[in-house]
Amino acid sequence: MSADKAIVDTATVEKIARLARIRLAEERKEPIAQDLNRILSWIEELNEVDTDGVEPLASVTGHSLPLRKDEITDGDVQGKVLANAPEEASGFFVVPKVVE
Amino acid sequence: MSNLIQGRTGEWEVVIGMEVHAQVSSQSKLFSGAPTQFGADPNQNVSLVDAAMPGMLPVINEECVKQAIRTGLGLNAKINCYSVFDRKNYFYADLPQGYQISQFKYPIVGEGAIVIDLKDGSSVEIGVERLHLEQDAGKSMHDQHPSKSYIDLNRSGVALMEIVSKPDLRSAEQAGAYMKKVRSIVRYLGTCDGNMEEGSMRADVNVSVRRPGEELGTRTETKNLNSVRFIMAAIDYEVQRQIELIEDGGEITQETRLFDTNTGATRAMRGKEDAHDYRYFPDPDLLPLEFSQSLVDELAAELPELPDQIRERMVGEYGLSSYDAAVLTEERETAAFYEAAAKDQDKKLVANWMSVELFGALNKAGKSLADSPVSPAQLGGLVALISDGTISGRIAKDVFADMFETGRDAADIIEEKGLKQVSDTGAIEALIDQVLADNQDKVDEYRGGKDKLFGFFVGQTMKLSKGQANPAMVNDLLKSKLG
Amino acid sequence: MSNLLDLTALQARQGLEKGDFTSVELTNAYLAAAQETKGLNNYVAMTEARALEMAAASDAKYAAGNAGALEGLPIGVKDLFATNGVPTTACSAILKNFVPQYESTVTSNLWADGGVMLGKLNCDEFAMGSANETSVFGPAVNPYSAVGGADLAAGGSSGGSASSVAARSSIMATGTDTGGSIRQPAAFCGIVGMKPTYGRCSRWGVVAFASSLDQAGPFTRDVDDSALMFKSMASADPKDSTSAHQPLPDIDGAMAAGVKGMKIGIPSEYQMDGMDETIIKLWQDGQAWLKDAGAELVEISLPHTKYALPVYYIIAPAEASSNLARYDGVRYGNRIEEGGSLDDMYEITRAAGFGDEVQRRILIGTYALSAGYYDAYYLKAQKVRRLIRNDFDEAFKQVDAILTPATPSAAFPLGVKQADPVTMYLNDVFTVPANLAGIPGMSVPAGVNGDGLPLGLQILSGAFAEDKMYAVAKQIEQSAGFSEVPSRMAGGAS
Repeated sequence: MSADKAIVDTATVEKIARLARIRLAEERKEPIAQDLNRILSWIEELNEVDTDGVEPLASVTGHSLPLRKDEITDGDVQGKVLANAPEEASGFFVVPKVVE
Repeated sequence: MSNLIQGRTGEWEVVIGMEVHAQVSSQSKLFSGAPTQFGADPNQNVSLVDAAMPGMLPVINEECVKQAIRTGLGLNAKINCYSVFDRKNYFYADLPQGYQISQFKYPIVGEGAIVIDLKDGSSVEIGVERLHLEQDAGKSMHDQHPSKSYIDLNRSGVALMEIVSKPDLRSAEQAGAYMKKVRSIVRYLGTCDGNMEEGSMRADVNVSVRRPGEELGTRTETKNLNSVRFIMAAIDYEVQRQIELIEDGGEITQETRLFDTNTGATRAMRGKEDAHDYRYFPDPDLLPLEFSQSLVDELAAELPELPDQIRERMVGEYGLSSYDAAVLTEERETAAFYEAAAKDQDKKLVANWMSVELFGALNKAGKSLADSPVSPAQLGGLVALISDGTISGRIAKDVFADMFETGRDAADIIEEKGLKQVSDTGAIEALIDQVLADNQDKVDEYRGGKDKLFGFFVGQTMKLSKGQANPAMVNDLLKSKLG
Repeated sequence: MSNLLDLTALQARQGLEKGDFTSVELTNAYLAAAQETKGLNNYVAMTEARALEMAAASDAKYAAGNAGALEGLPIGVKDLFATNGVPTTACSAILKNFVPQYESTVTSNLWADGGVMLGKLNCDEFAMGSANETSVFGPAVNPYSAVGGADLAAGGSSGGSASSVAARSSIMATGTDTGGSIRQPAAFCGIVGMKPTYGRCSRWGVVAFASSLDQAGPFTRDVDDSALMFKSMASADPKDSTSAHQPLPDIDGAMAAGVKGMKIGIPSEYQMDGMDETIIKLWQDGQAWLKDAGAELVEISLPHTKYALPVYYIIAPAEASSNLARYDGVRYGNRIEEGGSLDDMYEITRAAGFGDEVQRRILIGTYALSAGYYDAYYLKAQKVRRLIRNDFDEAFKQVDAILTPATPSAAFPLGVKQADPVTMYLNDVFTVPANLAGIPGMSVPAGVNGDGLPLGLQILSGAFAEDKMYAVAKQIEQSAGFSEVPSRMAGGAS
């Protein structure tokens, strides 16, 4: 990885901010790029560790996925679902028009 | 059979891969206890989990896992006893979590294959790449308000099986046949109701064209096709568009397209200009899904007979033509109807009566098999009366028409109308004698060597008997009398 | 009634049982204490009416002779736990005015055992921070002050919880710990903070930061109270797929049995350059206390310790970037509709709703998961995480528990801007490994530094072996005889 050591520029910041749906003011892009670079170069330390043949650890629990029975135990709580809606109409959530 | 398409500048080969999304038949959703039922009020079949309220967590539905395994077995595919749920991250108004829980690297079902049958009688094996479980999104409605979209989350979190084919399909016809076959398999298994109008099944098609034998061309993906007809139309349109574009010196853009059901055209989707970067990673709210091979074996043992197996039996044991067998097994209900009607009867005769007379009548009346006024037992009863010589095939058609109209048993109709076949030698001889006497000139001609007139005498005799004379006996007795 | 505030939870429970005072009296004392210490900015919402209602119900339970384990004890709740009908904001602008229609499993357990809810406690926004400075409500303040009187950080992310228990505006409080968010503030505020084994406390109804690391736990004044509250918070929850189903060990029995004959690991990797001398000294004292009490000290090695922070700062932001995608202004929370399109709404809502640190972590997490970098960052981090877990597995084959310092420093002043985010992240150096490995960890106040600020020692044990951790914690508590009280305490002397 050190060969293609990541350097985050403002274009990259724009790209990931777009993926994350966070609008950044122009003047924040450069400082954020610097922050990310500092964090990433610190994270580069991990390259010292030999992880060949190491199984990634995604979960520390010792058990496998519990299964639930196929029963209707929920739903019919329209009031609770919509209670905090910023905008609703006739039981629907409402958002600015989406163009496909 | 060649599937090549003739373009202006030469021949083109079409390469198609399909992703079929099939809604799992289950009471409740994949990761919540809310109902899956279609047609509820907006946001009624929604739990706080489906609405992605802060701190809500997914718990998987056991039945959805079993349904995926059953479907995998029906696709002759490898079942993976270890699979992982990943998050597919993207923003959309009807995707409450901001990610879809899906399976990316380790799907529950691996490679398989199914055979599709084509009109010309040939069959092709189509590879299945994988099947994975995932959540459905909610529904956005764009036509309720000029500047707003309305969001209903009733479908949010419903379990889907995404069945991904290998790029083995070579024509719209094959794609249509593949879709029908997959639909037939899941319906036999009871793992999806296959109801395409309600959106229980839909397909994305990846289409590209290339010169025969050359590298794969750039493909487009046309999304959300919800009928076999639309699948075929979208492919036809896309193939034509791509060939024309390339032949005019253009290049195909890899893109997502939508099919317009009104115009039959496809168009590039707007607002998706970003390169997709779904940032898949294992969902930390879930653990790897693990089950034992014995569960798979158990489910395999309980699996119902599938269309291919039934067909094999129909051709091998019953002696049906492969065409008849294909027609009778396309739908689970059809096969079940046939099996019930043909029990202890002449299998071929029942097949014939079902595919010609019953389907013809249903078609004419605009009815489905489920609404058939003639029950399987009644159809079997009619065939039994033909087989034992009680009525002739000719009379049987009239009897059937009556049955279809009134829903009565064949035996009752025959009895009431006195349609029983005449097999009494003396009675038939009397009829023949009258016919011969009335047509002395024809008898002379026949005896003079005009053999063709034999059919005339048969016809006249049958007519005189109002169709009730046993045709085989009429034949025999005429032969001896005219000798 | 300031004498009521002096009681630990267990003592108060006994007083209530005997009828020395009522829960309503006790609750009123705490509500008054919260008013008195308002300047510490611990509570972001008070629920007086509900508290008094619950207290009255508890008094009825005592009268009827069917009081629960926490009956009538006034508890503060970190604002990360969903509380039915009470605003739950994760101290973020994006959840301003969000009122959940459900109650988290952990708080449900507390109320089922008779706990009385005082209100919601301040924390870092979405639990991201080490000083409670990222809260939209402003920082919680440490009731201990610097020499000269400057405000000190209560720590983070559960700063409000730690500060409140230390300042006696709650008898106990819930916290959550993703990388040290219970243990570090507990150490800063001179109280006991415990992060259980991953899976012990249900995550259902707790606003998620990093799902594979988040774990709720108790803040209390002493080790006995910690055990009492932990037993109530923990449960096997069918609504949380990662919930553990192992029965709790006999914690009280283990504390009574003591540390005699136990093997205590001392990891050489926890000796950091530039660490405060008084912390090194305290760590040595802790070892001596345990040895004196009959435990055997064993030098151990946890060779991948130094990689824990980089691993954490990939995994936690990656999970957070996805967990926080649901805050989009569509179904709840603060929406800003400008520009017309749905994407405009998303981008402006999220830019205005999330603070700088949360945005930074979402962006770093998005980057780490994005195409082309997944293997180099996320997958690599998961592999090193396995090695860190293996280190502990090896260690716990030799020892029953591990003793380390809780933090590399005592509480630092508020408002000191960190130019480099990494410097702030280093606060979690001793606490993060337990989250990555999923093992329990506990911070116990054991001494003070030269400025009279509290310092904590951390005890770690193997997964599901909280009994051993508590046995060691109890011994440390007894030997240390920590008796400092903060200057800004309700009913306090100053």
